[in-house]
Amino acid sequence: MPFASKSPWVIHYDASSCNGCDIEVLAALCPGYDVERFGIINTGNPKHADIFLVTGSVNERNIKVVQEIYNQMLEPKVVIACGVCACTGGIFHDCYNVIGGVDKAIPVDVYAPGCAVRPEAIIDAVVQGIGILDEKSKALNAKKKGA
Amino acid sequence: MNAIITNPIFLVVVGTIGFAICAPIVGCLLAGLERKISARMQGRVGPSILQPYYDVRKLIEKDDVSVNGADGIYVSCALIFTFLAGGIFYSGQNLLLCIFIITLAVLFFIIAAYSTRSPYAEIGAHRETMQVMAYEPMVLLMAVGFYMATGTFNVGGVFFLNTPMALPLIGILIGLVFILTIKLRKSPFDLSYSHHAHQEIVKGITTEMSGKTLAQVEIMHWCETVLFLGWTGMFFVWGGPAFLLVGIVAALVIWFFEIWIDNNFARVKWKSMLKWAWLVALIAGGLNIVVLAFI
Repeated sequence: MPFASKSPWVIHYDASSCNGCDIEVLAALCPGYDVERFGIINTGNPKHADIFLVTGSVNERNIKVVQEIYNQMLEPKVVIACGVCACTGGIFHDCYNVIGGVDKAIPVDVYAPGCAVRPEAIIDAVVQGIGILDEKSKALNAKKKGA
Repeated sequence: MNAIITNPIFLVVVGTIGFAICAPIVGCLLAGLERKISARMQGRVGPSILQPYYDVRKLIEKDDVSVNGADGIYVSCALIFTFLAGGIFYSGQNLLLCIFIITLAVLFFIIAAYSTRSPYAEIGAHRETMQVMAYEPMVLLMAVGFYMATGTFNVGGVFFLNTPMALPLIGILIGLVFILTIKLRKSPFDLSYSHHAHQEIVKGITTEMSGKTLAQVEIMHWCETVLFLGWTGMFFVWGGPAFLLVGIVAALVIWFFEIWIDNNFARVKWKSMLKWAWLVALIAGGLNIVVLAFI
């Protein structure tokens, strides 16, 4: 039985967001929404995290940071793009230094649009991400047993 | 047969195996309850009581990645020595040996963090070393006070007392409860490795530990909690094994008090921690021993 879905620890990175979505991500962790009741913890350490929440459109300066955090995370891992900027670049899509969406930098599993993204949408996206996390965990276990 | 059962080595072996099985279960439930109580104190619902168990199972399922081959071995050593220290204590053997072995376990944990060569883990390891410096004098004073009160270093000696140790050793008990905040990694003294999110430079001493290694760190922390609560509970036990219940209740009250402190105080700088821990050790613990020695 995969336990990944029982304790999804998240790491949040602001890839040139206007902070609107960041505030909503943190709001989801506050008493009003209290996502810790599902075992979700904001870790701040990529090596401990299972779910990567990225806000903002990602630009030429921080694309390396996004990729570095992604590479440091251990399998199984899931990436969630929070907010319309992270999904497609949003209103910044034609800025000269914006690459336009997290999926141009790293593979994204779940998209949570919104400007700013609602805490309910973040929670929905994380729940969807948990399902993907479980599948990846099963695949990893099967690979370990096969090896 | 009787000679084998009363043999200290046999008792320690049985105690260690028993502790290695029971302490993670009890410690896990305590950790779950602690998160629930903390959440309620903050006006949240909080996770399920079994959440720490789910966390550790998930960590075991994660991919095996390590910056080097050594840190996992050091953490395993730390866990084994924690089991041994707990076994020595709960089989009623030498308290001084228990203190030295649990310190050895912490040293292995510190070396594990240093071996990763990560600047963030090293800051955590520096801070953990500071914490050991801060609490160790008080822990040794506790052993001295224990000997003066019971006439032996054997933990089983408390059963031959007429009154609980908390009466003659009240100063030492206060000092011990003070440094318990450091040992249980509670705010304001959770300098090296905090339970709370975003209070840390990356994740302190555990920054480079992941997967199974981090799972072992969690299990070690559960066992440490059970052992240190045993230390405080021992102050309230006297007369015979029937009074163990008083010790357990007292330890749980002190544990609740520590959770309350954790939720009500902000983290201090290491200098304040060192100053306060030594001052309390010297005044509460030192005066207590002086009074015992001359009266």
